[in-house]
Amino acid sequence: METIISIKPLLAVLVSLFVIPVLVSSSGKPNVRESWIFVAGAIKLVLVLSMLPVILGGKQIVLTLFEIAPGAAIAFRVDGLGMLFAIVAASLYIVTSIYSIGYMRGLNEHGQTRFVSFFALAISATIGAAFSANLLTLYLFYEILSLATYPLVTHHQDATSRISGRRYLTFILGTSIALVLPAMIYCYHVTGTLEFSTAGIFTGQLSKPAALVLLLMFVFGFAKAGIMPFHTWLPAAMVAPTPVSALLHAVAVVKVGVFSIVRVITGIFGVDLLADFNLGVVVMSIASVTILVSSCIALSQDELKRRLAYSTISQLSYIIFGVALLSPQGLTGGVIHIAMHAFGKITLFFCAGAIFVATGKKYISQMQGLGKKMPFTFAAFFVGALGVIGLPPTGGFYSKWNLILGTLEAQQTIFMLVLLVSSFLNAFYFLPIVFKAFFGKSEEEDNKTPVKIQEANLCLVIPLIITAIISVVLFFYPTMFVNLIKIGLSI
Amino acid sequence: MDNYPALIVITPLLAALLAGIAAWTEERLSYPIALIGLAVSMFAAFKVLMQVITSGTINYRMAGWAPPMGIEYTIDLLNAMVLLIVASIAFFNLIASYKSVEQETSDRAGSFYAIYLLFVTGLLGVTATGDLFNLYVLIEITSLTSYTMVALGDRDRGPLASLNYIFIGVIGASFYLLGVGYLYLKTGSLNMVDVANILSGLHGSSTILVAFILCMLGIWIKMALFPMHVWLPNAYSYSPVAFARIVAPLMTKVMVYVMIRLMITVFGLDYIFETLNLSEAVVWLATFAIIAGAVMALAQKNLKKMLAYIIVCEIGYMVGGAWMGNQLGMTGAILHILNDALMTFALFLAVGSMVYKLKRVDFIDLKGLFGKMPWTMAGFVLAAFSIIGVPPTCGFFSKWYLILGAFEAGAYHFAAALVISSLICAVLFFKVFEICFFEPMPEGHGHEDSSSHVAIEEAPLSMLIVSGLVSISLVVAGLYSGTIVNTIILPFLQ
Amino acid sequence: MTDLLTLIVAKYNYWLYVILMMIGLYAMIAKNNLIKKLVGMNIFQTAIILFYVSIGYKRDATIPIIQNAHGGNDTHAAVIHAVDYINPLPHVLMLTAIVVSVATFGVAMALAVRVYQRYQTLEEDELRMRLVDIGPEK
Repeated sequence: METIISIKPLLAVLVSLFVIPVLVSSSGKPNVRESWIFVAGAIKLVLVLSMLPVILGGKQIVLTLFEIAPGAAIAFRVDGLGMLFAIVAASLYIVTSIYSIGYMRGLNEHGQTRFVSFFALAISATIGAAFSANLLTLYLFYEILSLATYPLVTHHQDATSRISGRRYLTFILGTSIALVLPAMIYCYHVTGTLEFSTAGIFTGQLSKPAALVLLLMFVFGFAKAGIMPFHTWLPAAMVAPTPVSALLHAVAVVKVGVFSIVRVITGIFGVDLLADFNLGVVVMSIASVTILVSSCIALSQDELKRRLAYSTISQLSYIIFGVALLSPQGLTGGVIHIAMHAFGKITLFFCAGAIFVATGKKYISQMQGLGKKMPFTFAAFFVGALGVIGLPPTGGFYSKWNLILGTLEAQQTIFMLVLLVSSFLNAFYFLPIVFKAFFGKSEEEDNKTPVKIQEANLCLVIPLIITAIISVVLFFYPTMFVNLIKIGLSI
Repeated sequence: MDNYPALIVITPLLAALLAGIAAWTEERLSYPIALIGLAVSMFAAFKVLMQVITSGTINYRMAGWAPPMGIEYTIDLLNAMVLLIVASIAFFNLIASYKSVEQETSDRAGSFYAIYLLFVTGLLGVTATGDLFNLYVLIEITSLTSYTMVALGDRDRGPLASLNYIFIGVIGASFYLLGVGYLYLKTGSLNMVDVANILSGLHGSSTILVAFILCMLGIWIKMALFPMHVWLPNAYSYSPVAFARIVAPLMTKVMVYVMIRLMITVFGLDYIFETLNLSEAVVWLATFAIIAGAVMALAQKNLKKMLAYIIVCEIGYMVGGAWMGNQLGMTGAILHILNDALMTFALFLAVGSMVYKLKRVDFIDLKGLFGKMPWTMAGFVLAAFSIIGVPPTCGFFSKWYLILGAFEAGAYHFAAALVISSLICAVLFFKVFEICFFEPMPEGHGHEDSSSHVAIEEAPLSMLIVSGLVSISLVVAGLYSGTIVNTIILPFLQ
Repeated sequence: MTDLLTLIVAKYNYWLYVILMMIGLYAMIAKNNLIKKLVGMNIFQTAIILFYVSIGYKRDATIPIIQNAHGGNDTHAAVIHAVDYINPLPHVLMLTAIVVSVATFGVAMALAVRVYQRYQTLEEDELRMRLVDIGPEK
């Protein structure tokens, strides 16, 4: 494949990093600080998008920074998959930045400079992970992301966030050191390279049991993907301010985990090797269990953000499920779900945050009748929910459609049932919220006085409307993402 | 100039004498003298390293006497690197130390600098020399100076800790001396290269075996390899902080260097791994050292003590890597000498700043430190990540080579120990971070107005600058570890 | 048994130094009094010095000062046999080693004085109790 050497991927990673000192130095002037965030975010997005035509033209952009050992360098390679993920992350970062201004100022949070600085660091690491050329670089950004998000998760600095932060790190850092690191070094030991390639890096050095063990180490080791039983950090991380939950725990962090697993399956093992060993079924079974169990748990959650968190866990496993199908349709459906789910779920989180800022309500049982007060928010919530359930007219439909076709293509009809059942469960835990919000009655409400619209401030409402609209748009125009996937995986 | 190798060692020695004299007459001159001495030494070390990289090993004969009669300084890539590490850490620590010394040992600042310089002279000499007996004398110079330094620290516990340190240190040095005696008995020479040449025909000799075991035992005691580590935590945590900052990163690392030097240059890797076949047992010992060091660190309630036990754990890394019996492991061990020196230095710099401000560094004293000393903590956090092994800090890359070496040798237990110790270090440091970050708990929900702003009380600028430089060097050394391996370590090993 | 005896007698210098070393080591480990430990340490070091001195020694040999080396009449005639002289190098080395051990001993003594001044005792068990008394460490 034709490659172009360019410094753009590095710049796209570094731009948010360079802005951190500026953010820190302007900590006394919130408006100046926030405008810098947008400048950096916009530059980042422009840089990412400027690489898009090249990628769509079937070329790749590469940049090797540091050669650590032969075959293991810190290097960037922008391909279709990375591009897709980077576009999602960079565009949603800007939207989230608007949102977080509204949220943080609306609640008068402390330590806002720290918050935005680590946010910028986290997004840098996310883009870096997206553009990684090899497993070593990916691991590097994965770890940076884990550590950069710790102060965000524990932002409130109270006892609850301390416990949650501990759980967060134990699972994320613990698994990556204990499982991914040895697995990665073992791969390097066996093959002498860690470079992603669609054919995989192994050329017959692995026996089936060894491949199975390695694969499991990777799948469970990238615990950001929330595969059970290493999922409990995600509900715990919901103590964080909502912008964090929205961008990081619905898009950036969790998707980096999934993205890593996708990279390992498609770039390290290679689809053919796993198909030969028939190991896709193993991963699919693990993912199926996570999909079903976490959907059931989601049903029982009353706190809105926790319900969303469990929904995220199950949706992440869809992606892994799709990729583990190892068939073109399945791969497409799985990877495109990274984007589709991102826009849907971030909308839902934005809504949860907007409701909290406007009314202080966190629990679903308190939200009866709230739809009349906050029609825009709940309309967006409805769209987001459709996206996650996978119903038209949202992009989520497209990925589910592909996943189901993928199961047929791979002749795994039993697993199709998993998808169908979980879609029903999704509908069960989301739609009643919307229904009750619009048609239910709140306790303090009486029928006589007409309900006034009391939306949250504009900074909160505009982002959630934007993401809801994009969700719908993606239903009609998914082509670009599909092309990126086809180019990225050469299918 | 051809005399750089001598200059590296002689300037600090001269400076030590001058500073000692100045301590009696004009005490305020001691500090600048020390600074100049170490600056010259560092510059010479840098020059020598460049020279060795471009034109190969330097053999420097003291006063022109030819070996094996005269004392020879053999500077190859390995000790050129270690010399530069020692000289530059000594120099930068001196910059950071002015205020600490003023605070802790103000009545004896002049003598402090004199002993400090002697200590550095000893370390540099140990690194530069190519003579076995000379090595013993220089090791004892470093040890003697560190005994006195430890006693200068905590007035209550320092002298006693120092005495225990002496007892164990003397045993270690004596074992080494005895080993050299046996070597001399068999070979009649003390020059390392000369001895190595004669030894190649004597592989079966039991005298050589005894000599080897005694030398290794002595060096292991000096480097505090578990279970011979008992002196280290007390000695390091009771010494004045300005000295702790240099002894912790350098002393053990230089001893690891001595071990590698003896293994490679004197006894030869063939002898150790093929004739003796000892590697498996020692790798197991290193594995225990790693786990034991990490676990004992968990039990500590004082930051200095905790770091001291982490050093015990890190020594296990280097010993294990060096004894792995393959090139990757040895690469990892040598790379870790550099990396561990840097990260321990960064950690102790941060601790030094904390001690300067807080006086005590029990965990309970650290509450709210992120707010009080943000820059110090930034350096501390980065160094901690390096110890844990988070890329792109340098700690990750030496761990990378060590684990690769362990896989190649089939020593999976050692790889597992490395991973487990990383996890334990993560627990250790996040325990500290939690205290610094969460406590005291803000009341209510921690909003902008309710949380009373903690006033920033940072350490002096000199400490912060050095701390910042070293923290950056952690990342730089990590990113360029490929270059370091390719230009220094691999050419040395081939 | 006779083999062992001959071995012991033939290499008595080694046995002697090992015994001395063990006495020193025992004192350093087992004695409760710091000064006794110091004495043990000194015995330990001296044992090694003895070892070195003994390996340089040869029966019927003399110190290596070459007679008539400087301008004597029969300089050229005198053939120098290495066998006639003891090996001076270990002895010279021991001069340095003695200096080191004296220095170490001096430092250790000074520290012992400091310990005594602070705690009024040199017994280890009592010291340990005093340390508990002075409370949490710095």
